[in-house]
Amino acid sequence: MKLLKVTAASATVFALALTATACGSDDGGDSGNGGGKKITVGIKYDQPGIGLKEPDGSFSGFDVDVATYVAKQLGYDAKNIEFKETPSADRENALKRGDVDFIVASYSINDERKKQVDFAGPYLLAHQDLLVRADEKGISEGTDLNGKKLCSVTGSTSAQNVKKEIAPKANLQEVGTYSECVDGLASGAVDALTTDDSILAGYSAQEQYKGKFKLVGLKLSNENYGIGVKKGDTEMVDKINKALEKMVSDKSWDKAVQENFGDSYKNEPAPKIGDIVK
Amino acid sequence: MFDFLEGYDVLGAFWTTVQLTLLSAVGSLIWGTILAGMRVSPVPLMRGFAAAYVNVVRNIPLTVIIVFTSLGLANIFSVTLGAADDFDAKFFRLAVLGLTAYTACFVCESLRSGINTVPVGQAEAARALGLGFTQVLTLIVLPQAFRAVIGPLANVLIALTKNTTVAAAIGVAEAALLMKEMIENEAQLLPITAIFALGFVVLTLPTGLLLGWLSKRLAVKR
Amino acid sequence: MSSVLYDTPGPRAKRRNVLYTVVFAALLVLLLWWAWQTMSDKGQLEWAKWSPFTESQAWTTYLLPGLANTLKAAALSMVIALPLGAVFGIARLSDHRWVRVPAGVIVEFFRAIPVLILMVFANQFYSESTAISSDERPLYAVVTGLVLYNASVLAEIVRAGILSLPKGQTEAAQAIGLRKTQVMTSILLPQAVTVMLPAIVSQLVVIVKDTALGGAMLNFTELLNARKTLAANYANVIPSFIVVAVIFIVLNFILTSFAAWLENRLRRGKKSTGAVLPTAAVAGTAATGVGGGGGIGIGGGAPGGDGT
Repeated sequence: MKLLKVTAASATVFALALTATACGSDDGGDSGNGGGKKITVGIKYDQPGIGLKEPDGSFSGFDVDVATYVAKQLGYDAKNIEFKETPSADRENALKRGDVDFIVASYSINDERKKQVDFAGPYLLAHQDLLVRADEKGISEGTDLNGKKLCSVTGSTSAQNVKKEIAPKANLQEVGTYSECVDGLASGAVDALTTDDSILAGYSAQEQYKGKFKLVGLKLSNENYGIGVKKGDTEMVDKINKALEKMVSDKSWDKAVQENFGDSYKNEPAPKIGDIVK
Repeated sequence: MFDFLEGYDVLGAFWTTVQLTLLSAVGSLIWGTILAGMRVSPVPLMRGFAAAYVNVVRNIPLTVIIVFTSLGLANIFSVTLGAADDFDAKFFRLAVLGLTAYTACFVCESLRSGINTVPVGQAEAARALGLGFTQVLTLIVLPQAFRAVIGPLANVLIALTKNTTVAAAIGVAEAALLMKEMIENEAQLLPITAIFALGFVVLTLPTGLLLGWLSKRLAVKR
Repeated sequence: MSSVLYDTPGPRAKRRNVLYTVVFAALLVLLLWWAWQTMSDKGQLEWAKWSPFTESQAWTTYLLPGLANTLKAAALSMVIALPLGAVFGIARLSDHRWVRVPAGVIVEFFRAIPVLILMVFANQFYSESTAISSDERPLYAVVTGLVLYNASVLAEIVRAGILSLPKGQTEAAQAIGLRKTQVMTSILLPQAVTVMLPAIVSQLVVIVKDTALGGAMLNFTELLNARKTLAANYANVIPSFIVVAVIFIVLNFILTSFAAWLENRLRRGKKSTGAVLPTAAVAGTAATGVGGGGGIGIGGGAPGGDGT
């Protein structure tokens, strides 16, 4: 009897534990439906205009449109694309291990990364810029940031650039995601937000923030967005490059830029494949 | 052998950890005592408030509280603790505030259980002498309760020391943040982890031993 | 209402209490009003920021999967840490020095280290030395960190639970000729499990709270981290924070209440030895990385404080 009680009691704890486990174990298992092979693409989940997970579970943004177009050219329908979140720090690893087939996630081509992965593209030329409140008058160039409050995400290189080279006296707040910066900017807790202008344009084009912010229009750096591919997979790089060329020539590229970044974004013309602006 | 340490201020990071710990310890001892006082007070509203505070705050993950001090208190409520224009100081102080708000719950609960160990006769005798609630609490009960709770409070202090690592979530340059940075940049995972683990053992072990000894020495003999 | 500290209030005390109540209530209202006003000034009370939580998609796409991951990590950690903790707890009670001492050192070591350090280490270790895919890695790292830490806390709970049993149990078992292993497995452990249950459930609260650390520092997509994606969509950082905090409070409150109910029930149970590990002793100090276990003062009732 006593043993029964003990067993019952501990069973409660375990049952609790097991139900909880069961809830979360449905990821990845149900890909058997529908014909055709799948392709896995790494994107961002939390950047409006670039790569965003929508409330209905679908994805939107420029990177997503590029990824969908490229996948289509490679022979995969939209429904056969599986998107995975690849946070900045994990991108090289995810490619090396083959967790994803390619990555379209505001992924700037640079020498350090080229040692570890191969890049197709570039498919967009962005620049580091500042986002400020629409009525801001005190910030028109980088050095104006001295003594101002600047926000960026933890570990971001663009913030370190500003702090080291442009405005050493800027106060830097590092948060988990850009939307927290944007919130701080709206409430006046910070004065400027820095990262690539494409990402900033995505936020200022968001419905809730329309008309509240403006891009300063500084070209503090050149960011050549490429599509990351596993090192050595030149066949894939070639195929993706062909797809990108087609995307530009049939105007889908322009359409995607228009739709995702809003009217206020003055984009650079579509870059030539392999043409990296230093 | 230890050249991977070059360029990193490990001692400085641990010094920040120590500062976080000490300031939050003082803060939570004060706020926790006030809460405990309210929790045993004759005023029902104060009792209710303290009970609600403790039950709500200790059920929120510390990470949520710390991040909220930055995104909520500072950004929305403009609570900058006198450091609006110096972000390093601001986030350090906000972290102390968050740690204090959280740790005070455990100080309060320890004190309350300590108060319960004081025999009823003590308070009755004090009241027979004509002392009021505040006098009974501060002169008779709390001095005895504090001695009885040195053990539990020592554990709270040790927990607090370890909890200061959560301040890394809002970018306070303490030990855990430096460790994360170091192991990402240097290919020396084990030695780096060993150094930081050792650092925390050095911080917590003597605290435990010292306060354990103190609690035995000061225990009220009954 | 009377207590140790004060008599049933007389007429003057009653008047004084009313005065205190009024002053305190006024202060509280002032504070709340200030909070409400500031929120509204900063546009945090706009319905557009809160309405997403009335729609099912915000829950099914972001919050519930996040919550599921929180529970999954917590449950896995508990299920793995429990047997480990039992082994180390019993090892610490061994008659053999060569078992007792190493077990003690290991337990004390992992209890002295912040759980975040363990998580960060595990994350990097898995990234460098194993083939765990990058979207699974944060879960593994969080669970590993939590297991290492909580197994050592549970070891102390198990040890305290066994020590809390009346000595007569062991003596009687030995008297009828049971061997050491038999005494442990058929007499002490079954009773100790009952004694420990409330403390174990309380430890679950600590684990649930600690998973958030993985969300903030290791990109583990638990509840707190799922909030990020949600806020990126609806532009509601503060409201989403408040909602997530409330979910944590409710979840942990249920667990805490369950632990208290268990403790109460076991304490009143006729068949038990009457010894119960108080939840407060463990969960009470149980912060993100508790000094915890050391405070379990059982038996004598005096809060024991052997530190780390």
